[in-house]
Order: sequence, then structure tokens, then C-alpha cells
Amino acid sequence: MKTIPILGAGTAGTAIAHKLRRRLSNEWDVAVVDPSTTHLYQPGLLFLPFGDETEERIVRDRGSTLGKGITWHQASVTAIDTERRRVELAAGEPLSYDFLIIASGTEVRPDMIDGMLGDGWHKSVFDFYTLEGAKALQKALDNFEGGRLVINIVEMPIKCPVAPLEFAFLADAYLTKRGIRDKTELVYATPLDGAFTKPIASKTLGYLLEDKGIQVETEFMTGEVDSEKNVIRSYDEREVPYDLLVTIPPHTGARFLEDTDLSDELGFIQTDLHTLAAKNAERVFCIGDATDLPSSKAGSVAHFQADLMTENVLRAIEDKELEPSFDGHSNCFVETGHGKAMLIDFNYETEPLPGQFPIPGIGPLPLLKECRRNHWAKRLFRLVYWYGLLPARPIPISPTMSLAGKQLSAAAETGGA
Amino acid sequence: MSLEAVQTDAEGYLANSDDWSEELATELAKQFDVELGEEHWKVLNAARAIETESGSSPGLRKISKRADTPIKAIYVLFPDGPAKLIAKIAGIPKPKSCL
Repeated sequence: MKTIPILGAGTAGTAIAHKLRRRLSNEWDVAVVDPSTTHLYQPGLLFLPFGDETEERIVRDRGSTLGKGITWHQASVTAIDTERRRVELAAGEPLSYDFLIIASGTEVRPDMIDGMLGDGWHKSVFDFYTLEGAKALQKALDNFEGGRLVINIVEMPIKCPVAPLEFAFLADAYLTKRGIRDKTELVYATPLDGAFTKPIASKTLGYLLEDKGIQVETEFMTGEVDSEKNVIRSYDEREVPYDLLVTIPPHTGARFLEDTDLSDELGFIQTDLHTLAAKNAERVFCIGDATDLPSSKAGSVAHFQADLMTENVLRAIEDKELEPSFDGHSNCFVETGHGKAMLIDFNYETEPLPGQFPIPGIGPLPLLKECRRNHWAKRLFRLVYWYGLLPARPIPISPTMSLAGKQLSAAAETGGA
Repeated sequence: MSLEAVQTDAEGYLANSDDWSEELATELAKQFDVELGEEHWKVLNAARAIETESGSSPGLRKISKRADTPIKAIYVLFPDGPAKLIAKIAGIPKPKSCL
């Protein structure tokens, strides 16, 4: 029996497991390794704090998400031995591998910032990138009667890079609905030089921040959370006071990847931009949030990578050259509040452009433009996720980006793309 | 290439990374009132190396670890927005998000 363990059964790991199971013969053991008994639909965490999503709808038993013929090792990985081609587990015998896929995602690390896990944690300081954080934040928002609500990205890269901005837009709508928007200052503190950092998005979408009265604190590199004074303090000694802090803590790769030859300074796997092979080991691939790639850490990216990686794993098994097929394609809905959303579609080279998706000239989903259809598509996507994406059933969207239907003139006007 | 001849984008980042040289970096740094010393070069070289390897401009935590220089010290070396200054002087794209 030959083995191909997949470390992590999140979006990327589960999708690629199903793809490979279908394509590999029975002489292959396709196995996922994941200690958690549940699978979390992470996009739901954006809506949960506002009471627009429930835990029941976004959490499923891991077993129910894994199809027949996929082995599940319910165990934590402690190390990868690339010399002896085996994976060490916290309990039980090590797993040998013929090929290995790392899909261990990211960890959200509030422990990396001084004071973040202090007295204010889950009292006035919350994250919404974990189920516990999002649930605690829901209670805090319920009790919020106005003041300064600060949304703070500590550092890039983070999962779903647009989620903090979506949170700000949804908070504006939520506070308006509750009649306390005029009693609330909404502040968005980012280490980057703006809430939008690409020329076309800045030009096209700048109005959103202005219309919604969201203040932006730029180039704010958070060094410390002071929960006695209720301020976040940057490395250059600026202070942003808060009554309620919604923080996006630093992200790193899985702990067992820290300080290994496979990973970068933050524990993300050094991965070939286009083939998705790990750079520093033979027979190892990396998919999803665990990579160090400049593509977004997003479910759509994992889905597109799973399509393309399957072919490359099969090529590797047959000792053929890998195809440099992945172009960084990402496709994301961006909630803007009040029942509207945008859709963005981009890759390594091309920034999000206006246009129509997926059919040029028809859509039905407009790109880089707010509308209700996009919002409903985003809400319905949960079902596509459980019944299409995870079991790797065909979804009619190309894994590589297409320029058809996109307005290239918008790029020429701003000198971007 | 001299400072006068070099092309930058609308935000002052190097338009063509091939134009970069150590001499140019020294000139660029002077524009921002930064006199490059050994400690600055450790940081700039780390940022350039990571950008080449990964295809994107790194955040300060990553640079700090590679250059073995605390983030606080990077703020002393490159006051007034080190993430932007490092990218401009090192001739790499500005750190950005997907929108």
C-alpha cells in the first residue's frame, strides 16, 4: 500500500483528499490527519457576531465531511521528517509517506502581542477569526451601547484579507439598525497605507469608507494592547483608544512547522508559486493557507489549487515534470452592509477589475460593484461549500483567472492591474 | 542608474526593479533623511531576499526575524513608516492587500 497523507482537513485538505481519492487506485491510502472532530465553515464567522449566522449552521462533524475511502487519523502532528519520509504524531506510530500534502492552514496568535491576552481578553478585546472569539464578540456587541469600536489588523498576512473591512461595513449597518450608529465612532487601524491598497480599488471603492463614516488609521503597527487604559499602542508610540476592540491577531503557520527547513519566518511553507510543490523537500506539496504564496489565504484559492494540484500530484507519481499552472486566482465576495456585496476576481498579476462574472457581458454577478445579487450569492455559498467544494464535486468556475468580462480600460486609467 | 533618471510609480516606488542598485538605494535613502549604515543594510537585504523568494513584500515581523533586528530597532533605523520606507529604498513593491 502506498500512502499520501494530507496534514489538515480544513477546506484545502478536505477538497484535495476527495479529488485524489477519485483519481488514485486502491493501492493508495489517501489519509487526512487532523485532531479536531469538527469542520468549521469559516466564512460564517463574519456574520456570527452580528447574529446573522448560527453555530449549528457553520459547524459539522468532521466524519460527515469525509467521503468513503478516505482514512482519518485523529491526531496532532508534531514533526515532519523529510529525510525518512515520515510524519511524527503526538500519539501513536509515525506515518510513512510516498507523497505528502501539507494543508495545515494558519494559527491565529493573540499570544504574540503584548497585553492582548491580558485582562481585557474576551471582555473588551475580541477576535472573530475563531469560533470562540466570534461567539464572545456576539455577546459583547449585544451589550454595546456606543463608544469607540476599533477594528485592528495587527499584521499581514491574514486569512481572508477583506474580512476586517467587511466587518467594518457590517458593523456600520448593524449599529445603524440598532439606532446607536451616531453614538459610535468606527475606526479601522491597519499596518498598510490605506484600507484599500490597490489603485483601482482605492479609486472605485474609497466612497464606501466616506459614506459610512469609517475613520482609517494607516501604517499602524500594533506593538501592545493596554487593557488598563483601553488603548492599542503602535511601535511608533501612537495610541488608538477603544471601548470595544475587534482585533485580527498575527497569523502563523501550524506550530509543528515553526523553525523548520520547510517554512519561512512565520511558519508558512515555502512553496513554488505555480506548481505548489514545497521548495525545500522532495515529494511534498503545500495547499491553502499553509503556503507562503502571495495569493490570498481564502477558500476559493484552496479550491482552485486543489483542482490544479491534483494534476501535479498525479504527474509527480508518474515521475513527470510538474505544470506551472497555478496563477494565484482568487474569487471573493465582499460584504458591504445593508444586504449588498461586491465580487472580486483576481490573480498574481491582475488586480480586481470592474466587469461581469462569470459570463462576459451577462454576469449575472457584477465585479467590483455593490449589489444585492452578490450578497445572496455569498449567503448561499455555504451550501455550495458543504455539498460542492468540500466533496470536490464539479463547480463550473475555472481554476485559472480569465480576463474575459473584465474592463481592462479601468486598469489603463489608473496605471494599475 | 542615477536618481534623476530612475522611474517611480505615482506613490514613489521603483517602477522597474532592475533599476535598483546599492548606490541608488543610498541616494533614495538620503531623500528620506536616512544615512544607510550596516544595520540598515541588514534590514534592506532581508526584505529584498524575502521578496525574491516569496514573490511579495514582507511585513515587519518577518523582516525583523530574518534580519535579526527587533521591530523597535527597525523603527529607529527607518523612522516615519518603516514598512513603506524599506520597500521604497530596497526597490521592492509596496506591501499591499488584495483590494
